[in-house]
Amino acid sequence: MVDTKTALSGWELDNPVIPASGTFGFGQEFAAFYDLGILGSIALKGTTKEPRFGNPTPRIAECTEGMLNSVGLQNPGVHKVIKEELPELKKIFPKKAIANVGGFSEEEYVYVASLFDKEEQIGLIELNVSCPNVHAGGMSFGTDPKKVESLTRAVKAAVKKPLYVKLSPNVTDIAEIALAAESGGADGVALINTLLGMRIDLKTKKPVLANKKGGFSGRAVFPVALRMVYDVYEAVHIPVIGMGGISRAEDVMEMMLAGASAVEVGAENLVDPFACRNMIRDLPRVMEKYGVKSLKEIIGGAHR
Amino acid sequence: MYVILKNEKIAENTYEMRLAGDTSEIARPGQFVNVKIDGFFLRRPISVCDYEDGEITLIYKVVGGGTEKMSRLPAGERLDVLTGLGNGYDLAASGQKPLLIGGGAGVPPLYFLAKKLVAQGKEVSVILGFNKKEEVFYEEKFRALGAKVSVTTADGSYGVKGFVTAVRPEHTYVYACGPEPMLKAVYGAYEGGGEYSFEERMGCGFGACMGCTCKTIAGNKRICKEGPVLKKEEIVW
Repeated sequence: MVDTKTALSGWELDNPVIPASGTFGFGQEFAAFYDLGILGSIALKGTTKEPRFGNPTPRIAECTEGMLNSVGLQNPGVHKVIKEELPELKKIFPKKAIANVGGFSEEEYVYVASLFDKEEQIGLIELNVSCPNVHAGGMSFGTDPKKVESLTRAVKAAVKKPLYVKLSPNVTDIAEIALAAESGGADGVALINTLLGMRIDLKTKKPVLANKKGGFSGRAVFPVALRMVYDVYEAVHIPVIGMGGISRAEDVMEMMLAGASAVEVGAENLVDPFACRNMIRDLPRVMEKYGVKSLKEIIGGAHR
Repeated sequence: MYVILKNEKIAENTYEMRLAGDTSEIARPGQFVNVKIDGFFLRRPISVCDYEDGEITLIYKVVGGGTEKMSRLPAGERLDVLTGLGNGYDLAASGQKPLLIGGGAGVPPLYFLAKKLVAQGKEVSVILGFNKKEEVFYEEKFRALGAKVSVTTADGSYGVKGFVTAVRPEHTYVYACGPEPMLKAVYGAYEGGGEYSFEERMGCGFGACMGCTCKTIAGNKRICKEGPVLKKEEIVW
């Protein structure tokens, strides 16, 4: 028997597979496909203080082995999420979830994070300073190490649960940003958010997305994400959640060898709603194939 | 997994595909399926034209690389399809004389709807709009159901010249499906109740990614989940 367990800042997970924020809603849509209880956890849809519609449509475009989205943090607002979504989630998911906190000011991030911090259903808080689809806030925080450090410090002071900062890949040196999060007191980092990209429609000669640019994700980004997780693992002493283009159990193991303590699966859920279930099912077989008895033991293994 | 029974051209750039597989998720006319095509990341949402136990008929237009590849798939090939997606039309609202208006690739879901309404004893009128004669399909199939059919073509090469609003049959309720300019024209041309089926670029097709959300009088709706069919009174243009 192989051991698929892992842990994030003392929080034990049955396995490292977590659907990524923004690709899994608040779980309801996937409960029709399989029993969500098998998941390591679920990273909930990015939540802001006020309800948001997001950007105008079209906000999805296809790419080779991936996709662009410019959804722009559509969500019902933190109060509705806590009052309505969390109780509904509890009915279909017995474990703790990850709250993904978005914002446009330090005050808003602190406000939303402290509300989630009071919820026993939440295992950790993921601070989204990397959404490429909102004009103020989002990525404008996550690309500046000074802002990342001070925002992390402010939110950390307001919460008791582990705080993980979700990083943008749209920077020169992602390890520098990770270090800034660590200096600010982050308990961990999660990476990568989407890569800023665009598509142009040859028929209309205009960008496909109404917002022109959007976040690129899907299988195509896996090697880039893996390299960034590898770099960040070298730089920091806090745990890393690895994500970006993961589509199969083999990718989960590669990401953990690069330094991830757990992984998030994003775009793949959208094209194959069974993606996470299949990865969890396949993990023991793939571990055996490569002579791995315990996933915990391979975290960062590629650095040794 | 579904097996392709048939995949044939029925009009210019227009193909009819019949699939064998589980149909238990399909509940209402106006719903769609989401088809995985090898080599393409996102699925292709396609409305259900008709189904019976264990068999689904899809009609799709070749509009890009994905549907072009789909059009070349031979019978016997297996296909990964998610079914039963979207809300579909509300049959109860039709009144005695429902009018079904479809434009181009918006025609197929109306066939299944017409079939259901005729079975309920309704006097169904159908307007099928196309750009030109070579694109016309299913006129006879609608007639065979017992529906009163008018065909319009934009260039006048077949049926009545003009858009779908060129004919105005007597009716109690409107069901429409087609490109947005057509829906808008129909919306403006007809008083009284109706249901309009919309298209939007989708990520997942089952409500997870929020890619296709639109604003309505009744709040934000995901075209793939709380749509694609919207009640006339909730539409915001």
